[in-house]
Amino acid sequence: MTARLSALGPWLTFAVILAAAPRVFPSATALTMMSLMGVMIIFALSYNMLLGQTGLLSFGHAVYYGLGGFVAIHTMNAVIHNKLGVSVPIIPLVGGLAGLAFGALFGLVSTRRAGIVFSMISLGLGELVSSSSFILRTFFGGEEGITTNRSKLAPFFGHKFGPQLEVYYLIAVWCFFCVLAMYAVTRTPFGRMCNAVRENPERVEFVGYSPRMVRLIAFCFAAFFAGIAGGLAAISFEIVNAQQLGAQQSSLVLLMAYIGGVGSFAGPIVGAVIITFLQIMLSDVTSAWQLYFGLMFIAVVMFAPEGVVGWTMLHLRALRGGGAWRLAPAYVAVGPALAASGLGAIMIIELANRQLAEARSEGSAMRLFGFDVDASTPPPWIVAVALFAAGTVLVLRLWPRVGDAWGAVNARLHFRGEG
Amino acid sequence: MLQLITFSTLNGVLYGMLLFMMASGLTLIFSMMGVLNFAHSSFYMLGAYFGFEISRRTGFWPGLVLAPLMVGAIGALVERYGLRHLHRRGHVSELLFTFGLAFVIEELVQMVWGKLPVDYRVPSQLDFVAFRLFDTTYPAYRVFMLLVAIAMFAALLAVLTRTRVGLIIQAALTHPNMVAMLGHDVPKIFMLVFGAGAGLAGLAGVIAGPALVTQPAMASLLGPILFVAIVVGGLGSLTGAFVASLLIGLVQTFAVAMNFSLAEVFGSVAPPFLGDLWKVTIAELAPVMPYLLLVLVLIFRPTGLMGRRES
Amino acid sequence: MNAALSLLDLRKNFGPVQIIRGVSLDIDEGERHAIIGPNGAGKSTLFNLVSGRIRPSSGEVRLHGQPITGLSPFEINRRGLSRSFQITNIFPKMSVEENLRCAALWSLGYKYAFWTSIERLSDVCERAEWLMGRVGLTARRHVPAGVLSYAEQRALEIGVTIGGSADVVLLDEPTAGMNSGETEQAVALIRKMTQGKTLVMVEHDMGVVFSLADRISVLVYGQIIASDTPERIRENPAVREAYLGQAVS
Repeated sequence: MTARLSALGPWLTFAVILAAAPRVFPSATALTMMSLMGVMIIFALSYNMLLGQTGLLSFGHAVYYGLGGFVAIHTMNAVIHNKLGVSVPIIPLVGGLAGLAFGALFGLVSTRRAGIVFSMISLGLGELVSSSSFILRTFFGGEEGITTNRSKLAPFFGHKFGPQLEVYYLIAVWCFFCVLAMYAVTRTPFGRMCNAVRENPERVEFVGYSPRMVRLIAFCFAAFFAGIAGGLAAISFEIVNAQQLGAQQSSLVLLMAYIGGVGSFAGPIVGAVIITFLQIMLSDVTSAWQLYFGLMFIAVVMFAPEGVVGWTMLHLRALRGGGAWRLAPAYVAVGPALAASGLGAIMIIELANRQLAEARSEGSAMRLFGFDVDASTPPPWIVAVALFAAGTVLVLRLWPRVGDAWGAVNARLHFRGEG
Repeated sequence: MLQLITFSTLNGVLYGMLLFMMASGLTLIFSMMGVLNFAHSSFYMLGAYFGFEISRRTGFWPGLVLAPLMVGAIGALVERYGLRHLHRRGHVSELLFTFGLAFVIEELVQMVWGKLPVDYRVPSQLDFVAFRLFDTTYPAYRVFMLLVAIAMFAALLAVLTRTRVGLIIQAALTHPNMVAMLGHDVPKIFMLVFGAGAGLAGLAGVIAGPALVTQPAMASLLGPILFVAIVVGGLGSLTGAFVASLLIGLVQTFAVAMNFSLAEVFGSVAPPFLGDLWKVTIAELAPVMPYLLLVLVLIFRPTGLMGRRES
Repeated sequence: MNAALSLLDLRKNFGPVQIIRGVSLDIDEGERHAIIGPNGAGKSTLFNLVSGRIRPSSGEVRLHGQPITGLSPFEINRRGLSRSFQITNIFPKMSVEENLRCAALWSLGYKYAFWTSIERLSDVCERAEWLMGRVGLTARRHVPAGVLSYAEQRALEIGVTIGGSADVVLLDEPTAGMNSGETEQAVALIRKMTQGKTLVMVEHDMGVVFSLADRISVLVYGQIIASDTPERIRENPAVREAYLGQAVS
């Protein structure tokens, strides 16, 4: 009984958070952001069915998101035009089925090879679809894309989904069930074999499974859920254009999954939330936000490949196994240096950005961390560079302490038999 | 008609050679280090921009020499301080690193030079007509580009087959561990190869910049085509990359020249489901051609044109 | 009697180099057959040819009379042939329990089922339990396979190999790298697990070979120079010269 309750716990918490979020953050911006987060959670989790679960690194996953969105929006317009009795909540399923269809079609070609070749094929297919969008103008709507009006569909128990709040709850319900479904798949024989294919495709053959088939089915699943996310986005934004299936969108979902952590189920959820938040908030603060994303990604690849969730789990293990206190002195020593280095880097980027990109249009005066500075004069630069240099040198000198501390922690964990 | 074919062939071969200049570096790096360098087309872009800056101050010719060296140096540094730490973590980490790097380089270029194309011009010494054929002129600069490409291949071939370093590199291509045990500094060779590959891409950028448009999107426009070329040719095969580059170059150039559509040939009443495809001209389809080629090759020859069966 | 496994004039060239030069062999149902030979004789290549990892240049392989030449490994596995590897080949990040469950799935008919949780499949879980008990890894059920000791990994490898319903089992140097105590345990395990099945194994340890095998084939330079009972192989002068040397146990 208690085992079942503790298994249900996280799901109940998740449902409560989804339901209560608009009460806690009722502003319009928050509502739009949370709607987008819901969509991106489904999208990022669908991506991780490929990367984290089956070991397939795709650079063109946005194709299924975008195509799902386009089919969904055309369906909505057809429903409106022909006054059919279809209401909004079923539309994401249409997007999902479209994603599934294209996933099966493209998957047949893509999944013949694995590894790097698969990645390159996904890139090529992504570009194929993306380039086609300028040729097939009636379907893709050219540069402007396709628009719709969601409140013109048949009402659903009296709801026309005009207000963003209603759309948010629609997304929340779909999000909950998609997350549940994707989690459930990981616990099935098929889900296990996906993991097996990721780890050792050769051994998979010698236990009777075709790795190609496993990959193809995983691909179809991932495309299905990506299509659902695309359909929800079409409803929420009432517009779909070629951007949604382009390389940038594909890169974004990779970023989300990876930064959150591909090794755990919850990683992409966390990644989707963080990146969506940063994308909206950071772009208000600085125009160099995309550069920061790129640098953050490189930092995670180099120093924390397990992602935010993986990193947290490492620390939780250390806390449980005891000996985590050993880490404290090392972190306290390195922390300020790391902060100084980071701060200096941000200052340099912001100053450079202002001076190079914006000086002509907006002048070189700017506000940096609450100080008014002129980016064309030496003093702020000297401070920034000094901070960055000093911080980096200190980090490099003090980092071995962190390594040693972790060595001690890991030894203790191993001794206790936790590997 | 003959005019169309001649000039399209010339331009197609030129485009293909340009692609191969980059694909060769990419293939060498991949064969040797197992790393697929996502940032390769970014090095190409840096070459063009560095060439532009140098040509603004001291003229085109110093830029031709200096820019590739600068890009090569950056490549070597990237390998030394970035990739080297990721070798032991596997090829996916390395690929993702270069992916992030490509992203960052594009953002930095946008920040420094702006989002609009820059005016990287053909040097005046080369700004004349090379020859006249069937009423159309062919610019000397394009002939120059062709000559540089050919010279580069000759030099590469000579270095690989006739110098000591070249032989060591050839050996390390297939047996890096053995080469290390023989006392050669394999990490240094890796750095050299990566830097040289980057430098070659930079050289392609320096000479292509004035002919094609120098803009921040040039890396992301050429990058996917580059990867298509090496997958179609067969990963790891230099000859395959050569054939595939030429094929893509010729196909795309010929497509652009064919400015007619199915509608013009078969009449303007389109069959029901073809819709837009009926009215589009082959020229408009040109950007899609490399990817169609990729899909076709993958269906009929999954290992690429010259690829060996690898894992 | 129909041979469980038949090799008919099997040949394999890698470019100009001939690795397997015409191997013909019949292995009966329920037989325990060992293949021995000096290093470089082509034993692993032979296994790879039979299990579908590589294609023969010519010749045929038959499983229970049905040709399996050129089929992919998973097709061959589904017809009842399973193999282990010289270098341990398991799923390192998955636990012992999960490794064994994966091994049992296909043969119990679950294929690509994505609609039921694996925990609910009692036959899969029971089979994994049984295998775990047999190979002595029940206490280590939740440990990731990559963390196990070498001997434990080899035991798991055997468990995964036998996990399905294969009745022809190929074991590639199952006791490689083990000390005498571990080897003894491994031999007992192999004997237990292959009860009623056809076993073909490549081995270097003569003690293991002579205690397990019903028949021995000697592979030298890609050809079988002798194929007989252990006692007669011991006496065979050609074998002694080629492989065993004069000082033999």
